[in-house]
Amino acid sequence: MSIHQISVFLENRTGQLSEITRLLAENHIDIRAISIAETADYGLARMIVDDAPKASNILLQHGDILSMTPVWAVEVPDRPAGLADLLAVLAESHIDVEYMYSLFTHRDGYAYMVLRVSEEEKLATTLSAHGIKIVSADELGLK
Amino acid sequence: MPKYYQPEIETMPYDELRALQNERLVKQVRHVWDNVPYYRKKMEEKGVTPEDIQSVDDLYKLPFLCKDDLREAYPYGLKGAPLSDCVRIHSTSGTTGKRVVAFYTQHDIDLWDDCCARALVAAGATKEDICHIAYGFGLFTGGAGLNGGSHKVGCLTLPMSSGNTDRQLQFMTDLGSTILCCTPSYAAYLAESIHEQGLRDQIKLKAGIFGAEAWSEDMRHDIENKLGIKAYDIYGLTETSGPGVAFECSEQTGMHINEDHFIAEIIDPDTGEVLPEGSKGELVFTAITKEAFPLLRYRTRDICILSRKKCTCGRTHIKMSKPMGRSDDMLIIRGINVFPSQIETVLLQQGYPANYQIIVDRVNNSDTFEVMVEMNPEMFSDSLAKIASAEKKLVEALKAMLGIAAKVKLVAPKTITRSEGKAVRVIDRRKI
Repeated sequence: MSIHQISVFLENRTGQLSEITRLLAENHIDIRAISIAETADYGLARMIVDDAPKASNILLQHGDILSMTPVWAVEVPDRPAGLADLLAVLAESHIDVEYMYSLFTHRDGYAYMVLRVSEEEKLATTLSAHGIKIVSADELGLK
Repeated sequence: MPKYYQPEIETMPYDELRALQNERLVKQVRHVWDNVPYYRKKMEEKGVTPEDIQSVDDLYKLPFLCKDDLREAYPYGLKGAPLSDCVRIHSTSGTTGKRVVAFYTQHDIDLWDDCCARALVAAGATKEDICHIAYGFGLFTGGAGLNGGSHKVGCLTLPMSSGNTDRQLQFMTDLGSTILCCTPSYAAYLAESIHEQGLRDQIKLKAGIFGAEAWSEDMRHDIENKLGIKAYDIYGLTETSGPGVAFECSEQTGMHINEDHFIAEIIDPDTGEVLPEGSKGELVFTAITKEAFPLLRYRTRDICILSRKKCTCGRTHIKMSKPMGRSDDMLIIRGINVFPSQIETVLLQQGYPANYQIIVDRVNNSDTFEVMVEMNPEMFSDSLAKIASAEKKLVEALKAMLGIAAKVKLVAPKTITRSEGKAVRVIDRRKI
């Protein structure tokens, strides 16, 4: 089960990210993961929030340009080589990682990575074959 | 040193010149009536026949042609000679997708070359000179026009074309170029490079002919000082042949229009009414000797003033001021005509909203050209690579449409300035 990611277009202008996070805060949206990608002239913020449908409505009303993308949250043992082992499995199966960042959530000796990959269907079978768990929105308390 | 290329014509007394124009105009109107159905229809709609045009005084009776006519008649609709007699085309931007295509017979090219030769001789060229032509060659008229003129004068001609500055400087120093022909911004750029590389003592330039874009007196002085030359202006447009429709003489108080080939009028751009000499208005040309692309009363959209004040150079042909602006929204960027509507066309084709802003500036005497484009949900993606690849496609499509490169800047929606509800499409910060 994938989770919702919201990507927001960021013009290269001081205070734009501050404006967006403030808007979400005022609407009691909890940001659970955020990653910024940038070029010299513009960028985008990718976010996992606790209530994606509500957050996207708020941002759209604010006039932001955004897209919703299904991404995968994967459980990673919080120890040296935890991430390296996961990525080795993906590499062996020829699954390309388009981008990746971590969730703030951390529990029971596990961390969680957000993944966007080239071959979505292959991801689930490959990970389960290696005993790696994909966590659902429910398990993370996301809407 | 000869002062004129064709002294009998260039210094022809006004009465004789007028008689020549009358004779040629009458003949040309008949030629167009017989060979250009598109214009004949326009004349018929206005109820004008060739018999109504007996002299230049009757010119006002003829209908105008404008850039939209060229688009409508594209490609062959305004051609005035059989294809078998046409030997070349040149082309410039149209207002949207379609370009303007102009045709030439060998005779047309011969007369065009004469016009450019007059400009070169007025700038001091003789057959002893080495003429360095750094205008673009190709569909653009700049290179071909000055090349032909330089051959006529008998100069050793260097058809350098534009760009590759190191090679320009190498030929300029090794071969000893004495006359430079290019756009004023490229001349300024070359001057800067010569200065930086300490080559000033190794160049032999004495004069330059710079046209195809607007330039100020300050820029003239800057180029003249840096290169140690006298810099002359030249005017023309593809629709009427190319450079050489008018050129500066030693007095440098305007450009003499080659009136044996072109009749100039100044009109009120709003009403189309002909204005008296000395008025500021839109420049209109009637080509009275052209065979293959004989445009009558073509509206240039350039705003200027005509003056028949006696010139110390001895030429009798009327002078036009430097263009002071446009009566349409055309921009000239690095010598290339750019219409905002062309940019709009490309944006829509590429899936972007037609909400854009063009920012033109001049930095170190060279034009900068940026297009701000608003991002929309269709073009947005969670992948930066996808956004960048669409942006690259847009940059390439703009280059293909305009012929020059624009820097694209993607901005957030609704950030493009609107004044009184109307979007500001062009910000031109150049001080010319």
